[in-house]
Amino acid sequence: MASPLTSADSRPVDPIVVGIHSGPRRSETIFDRSFRGLCYGSALLTLVLMAGIVYQIGYRALPAVERCGWGFITSTRWDPAAEEFGVLPEIWGTFYSSIIALGLAGFFGISIAVLLSQDFLPPRVEGFFKHVIELLAAIPSVVYGLWGIFVVIPWLRPIAGWLHEYLGWIPLFGTSLSGPGLLPASLVLAIMILPTVSAISRDALKAVPIRLKEAAFGLGATRWETILGVTLPTASRGLFGALVLGFGRALGETMALAMLVGNSNQLSISLFSPANTLAALLANQFPEAGEREEPVLLYAALVLMAMTIAVNLIGAIILQQTSARFGGVLDEQR
Amino acid sequence: MSSGEPPLPPIDLPRLERSLRHPRSLLSALLSLMTGLATLVACIPLFSVLLMLLYRGGRSLSLASFTELPPAALQAGGGFGNAIVGTALMVAIAAVLSVPMGILAAVFLALLGGDSKLAWAVRLTAKTLAGFPSILAGVFAYAAVVTTFGGYSAPAGGVALAVLMLPIVMLTAEQAIRMVPTRMKEAAVGMGCTPSQVVCKVVLPTAMPGILTGVMLAVARAAGETAPLLFTALFSNYWVVHDGELRWLEPTASLAVLIYNFSGSPFDNQVEQAWAAALVLVLLVLVVNVTAQAFSRKQIRD
Repeated sequence: MASPLTSADSRPVDPIVVGIHSGPRRSETIFDRSFRGLCYGSALLTLVLMAGIVYQIGYRALPAVERCGWGFITSTRWDPAAEEFGVLPEIWGTFYSSIIALGLAGFFGISIAVLLSQDFLPPRVEGFFKHVIELLAAIPSVVYGLWGIFVVIPWLRPIAGWLHEYLGWIPLFGTSLSGPGLLPASLVLAIMILPTVSAISRDALKAVPIRLKEAAFGLGATRWETILGVTLPTASRGLFGALVLGFGRALGETMALAMLVGNSNQLSISLFSPANTLAALLANQFPEAGEREEPVLLYAALVLMAMTIAVNLIGAIILQQTSARFGGVLDEQR
Repeated sequence: MSSGEPPLPPIDLPRLERSLRHPRSLLSALLSLMTGLATLVACIPLFSVLLMLLYRGGRSLSLASFTELPPAALQAGGGFGNAIVGTALMVAIAAVLSVPMGILAAVFLALLGGDSKLAWAVRLTAKTLAGFPSILAGVFAYAAVVTTFGGYSAPAGGVALAVLMLPIVMLTAEQAIRMVPTRMKEAAVGMGCTPSQVVCKVVLPTAMPGILTGVMLAVARAAGETAPLLFTALFSNYWVVHDGELRWLEPTASLAVLIYNFSGSPFDNQVEQAWAAALVLVLLVLVVNVTAQAFSRKQIRD
């Protein structure tokens, strides 16, 4: 056989052909190795970053964790002078405001998702509204906070005053709204997580196989019998995942709450009383924190981190299981 | 020809037309109406936000907004030029930190990692970071950068924003890279490309619109973030460049923090500045978002 460097009649061949025969050049191999190394390194760096976040917050919170222990989560006193710290009111406020927001955003968000996924509107209109919802999710939270201060609170005050005057015996309306408070904060929070909830719910409803709906229509079901009896139950896991992710966003939302919730360290069931949340506590106290309070606030950050990571992981796992469950049906359709 | 056959017996057809007198179709119509109403009610606050921004922000927006420094208490006029520059500077720092790393890690996730444990862990971490409260990114940057290098600065703010941008860049880039048709990659391998050449010469250029979408979305998110900047970049009433030198290692102004600071101000002029700044910020974010959506339409799909 002729050597690869010469053709059958012993004339030199095209150097490009030789290049292919001899495999990648040395410089190409070095580039390949280092590029792959870079990709690998970036992926590892992501893990290092996460570990760094947990370490930085956890390590610096350590003095406070040792001093306050579990009492930090169950105590309601916040007294820097006596060095007594407890964040129960903040934890309560975080969950209370998030649950109210989730109830509102869940109802309206899923209504919007149904309207935008069940062929109520022509596809072009549907697509337009989908883009509008995506844009609304992009409005910064500080802008919602500003709007809350100058629009929501003045609008709510007479309504809250009336409710307190005539229905004040109900604990929910036990105090009057003097300005910032839990209800305006929760309302604005609901508006902020509405796009998240409705976008993910819409994806879940869109993923329901058309065949199931067609079967229901074929049996004579009306549009809403199909939606309530077939579409929503089939998409229930996805809807639940949307709610959990919306809840996770509500728990960690900072600015709108810091501006609207009133930053008052009290435990109250009244919708109109000022309250506080973990994220708002951090936003308001951290910039002015002295050496004694800093570890305590980092402990609060640690609590917030644990709460949101847990909620987000649950949401992600639920969504993943949904796609695994319908994956087969959907692939078959394509 | 069929005249000899007996006439067919009349079939008792149920009434097929829809009438609102049927309880079932009435319920259906009522529920449709309710859903429409719920959607309309949900739209009211959203339109209220936009209208108020246009009305109150537009009223106080002027050329001076872009060229002057924030007004002190009781001072008339003024603007927030330094805050726009500060926001741009910090978002740029964050983009330099997060975009290359995010794209490289996305290449790993989509092409090199496969189903390995590392890829699984990285993807989970990215998803966790995507749902991370923004204030915690600020706490991290404070602990890692501000206390270590002794002082509030633009880079500290940039690090905090980068933590929030990274997962968005990474996860959207991974999706875009996965959408590159397999036959293009196979053709490149068939031509004798090394894996890196396949990535750099075929995959990344093809996935570029999708990757840019992610980068734009991340930039839009970072530009609007306030909480991470509160105790990393703080605020400043001066330009980044003043007294003839670049002072980016000092507290730096940003639009978002300006809105927050001035929103609680008892002085009307400062409140008006907050509204004008909010309008500018929202316009900025929306323009970047619309550009991102335009890019995503260019993406080649398998």
